[in-house]
Amino acid sequence: MRLEKVDSVQERNKLYLDYIEAKSPKSSWAKSLFHAFLVGGGICVFGQTVSDVLKACFPLLDVNIISSWVNVIIISITIILTGFGVFDRIGRYAGAGTVIPITGFANAIGSSALEFKKEGLVFGLGAKLFYVAGPVIVNGVTFSIIVGLIYSLIGLF
Amino acid sequence: MLETILLYLKVMFVGGTICMLGQILVIRTKITTARILVLFLMIGAVLGGVGIYGYLVQWAGAGATVPITGFGNALARGAINGAKTDGLFGAIAGGLIATSAGVSMAIAVAYLIALCTSSRTKKH
Repeated sequence: MRLEKVDSVQERNKLYLDYIEAKSPKSSWAKSLFHAFLVGGGICVFGQTVSDVLKACFPLLDVNIISSWVNVIIISITIILTGFGVFDRIGRYAGAGTVIPITGFANAIGSSALEFKKEGLVFGLGAKLFYVAGPVIVNGVTFSIIVGLIYSLIGLF
Repeated sequence: MLETILLYLKVMFVGGTICMLGQILVIRTKITTARILVLFLMIGAVLGGVGIYGYLVQWAGAGATVPITGFGNALARGAINGAKTDGLFGAIAGGLIATSAGVSMAIAVAYLIALCTSSRTKKH
């Protein structure tokens, strides 16, 4: 590394990126895709199992409430595992397999909570809880209101 | 019995494929976690708003609702269903009503877990 000898920022950034590229572990394409498929699919199968058990125990529950329950259960388990440091290990193995399911959202909130706790309960934990997951809520809610308004306007005519 | 096995295979296939698409994106573009979450959420919300995602949910159950695309779909469907039942107010509140259980639980559990565990700062 000869970062200190280079003046221009772009050149320094390029050197640094090359350095990261050289140092980061190479994983084969097919293997990481397979891991993502396996873990991501497995999480969904777990969700389906929970959903079927709930449906068998409480036949009167609405479909939407059951799928909300499934998400609540998966989110809770993920954050608890994140708290014990187990989830990071699964995440390293699975790549996007744990990011794309709702576990990725939960892990983002859980790890922010753990990370920013040391900055205080109000401005650390409280303020930065949604440091990574915030954009999801912001974009999602804004889009949902736009969809709702469009639908209401269409309904007027 | 055969139907149940078939359903679980479909769940595995759809959920796994969505994650695999995400992994391809990660490998090709080195996209960050927040961006990939937002991207897939918006894909789900658009497909849900148009009404296509509902068919996928019917076909593959949790394989379509557990990925973050299902969260986007729930937001969009919530707003549309709210607009149907409560008019303009439902259009504004519906999205969060449909997804509030997950978000609320995530906030509460994360806060409590962070309070209960000591932060594991690595010793240098």
